[in-house]
Amino acid sequence: MEVNLPLKIAYAALSLFIALNYGLLLTSTVARIRARVQGRIGIRIFQPYLDIIKNNAKRTSITHGVMFYLGPVFRIAGGVGTFLFIPMIYDSVMFSNFSFSGDVLLVVYFIFFGQLGMALGAGEGGHPYSAIGVSRGLAQMTAFEVPFTLSIIALAVQYNTLSISEIVSAQQGGIMSWSLFTNPLATAAAIIAFLGMSMHNPFSVVMAPQEIPIGPPTEYHSNYLGMLQTNRAIFNAAKLLLYMNLFFGGAVNLPIMIVKTFLLYMINVVVGVSFPRFRVEQSIRFFLGIPTVIGLLGLLTVIW
Amino acid sequence: MSEHETNRQLEQDSVREVMEAMMTYPGKADAGDTVLFCDARPKVEKPYRGIIEKFLNWARANSLWVLGFGTGCGAIELRPLMTSRYDASRFGVAGRPTPRQASVFIIGGYASVKTLKRIIRSYEQMQNPKFVIGLGSCTINGGMYWDSYNTINRLDHYIPVDVYVTGCMPRPEAILAGFVKLQELIRAGKAEKANEYAENFDWYKANQKKIIKNWDMPDYSW
Repeated sequence: MEVNLPLKIAYAALSLFIALNYGLLLTSTVARIRARVQGRIGIRIFQPYLDIIKNNAKRTSITHGVMFYLGPVFRIAGGVGTFLFIPMIYDSVMFSNFSFSGDVLLVVYFIFFGQLGMALGAGEGGHPYSAIGVSRGLAQMTAFEVPFTLSIIALAVQYNTLSISEIVSAQQGGIMSWSLFTNPLATAAAIIAFLGMSMHNPFSVVMAPQEIPIGPPTEYHSNYLGMLQTNRAIFNAAKLLLYMNLFFGGAVNLPIMIVKTFLLYMINVVVGVSFPRFRVEQSIRFFLGIPTVIGLLGLLTVIW
Repeated sequence: MSEHETNRQLEQDSVREVMEAMMTYPGKADAGDTVLFCDARPKVEKPYRGIIEKFLNWARANSLWVLGFGTGCGAIELRPLMTSRYDASRFGVAGRPTPRQASVFIIGGYASVKTLKRIIRSYEQMQNPKFVIGLGSCTINGGMYWDSYNTINRLDHYIPVDVYVTGCMPRPEAILAGFVKLQELIRAGKAEKANEYAENFDWYKANQKKIIKNWDMPDYSW
């Protein structure tokens, strides 16, 4: 189906808007569920919106230099970039975004890109806690990228394509054709990497609010922080969509997408509330151990 | 003065010159003044008018991020706020470990001279609009420390205070009531103490310097 470019941009903006709202509501819903489990009432469902409005409405903000400005811009560019190349709904004109034949590579790159920009910006903030957060974040990311990339390669070899849309279409036709069942080892490695990617426990040491106040964004405030919060919602939605597309057969309509991504997110949450926190060297050793072996096995089963 | 001491003196002088050169920045009004890097005066930031400011104030009132800096024994009463018994998060209250991101500063009881220094620096690093809650009678009149040699008596001589919560110690319910009162003030547009601080900056600074004898920090650390 050929769609002209302005219409395509408008559709992408619409799906970005949906993803932003979905990400924000997902955060507050899960926070509320967690609060109910703890016997509390919890935050309001629209609390993330209020926080973003409040941060953007701060009257003063200070800067530490050009890179400090650009940090959140890079971050949000990474988040939006990741999102824009992932088809939200399979075979839909409206929600297929800018998916093209090599988008898996680009998405893997974009996931890294925002973090690097943020690392540079936070470094210029000059706060020692930012630097500690950045070094921990990059170290942990490098570690979880190994099983993640191995499972992506496994899928690319298995389906003989680098396009997310084609990977999704190869999984159509029943639950048994999902990558979850056709290549369970790669899926397992990717899901473990996903835990590290979303920085819930046990991999939450990067943002550790008790020991290093809030990690890399220690110095970020006002509208910089508003931008980072907006990005967190979009990036969260983008990662969930990516995993849903790669391993769980994609979605043919919005309700199915919401159910699948919500359940995927709950994996993080359940693991997060059940385990204490790893130190960063422990999490690196963990990722380079069993998950990497699983990822390699997943790749080997495909090649043989 | 021996040669060794003269050399040392020279060395110290040159180090000081380099330090001062590093700390001076161009563009300051009165030339020749050595100005520390973050030593610009705070400015009055005018609020918007009408419905826009009302809407923003509503958002501010419902998203109170508290600076997690326990300045006195009252800080022990802040911990239960987040538990299931009191659950301050339903009022939009959340803890924030850095002054940059926080909007509410809770002074938890007595402020010793040593802590006052940190209180001032942390307060100034918060971004406008910012709100202060004084907890316990120690912040109001010194409380049981009113004649102590190293605590201050009235907090609002040193930083502006929006809401006082009385008691020694105030119960968490009282703190929640303080939060609700603060929300009312913000919604009514009456919580503009950050601008008040900027307007009466010299008075506050003079008061602070009267108490803190070894003033070794910038005059305003934004």
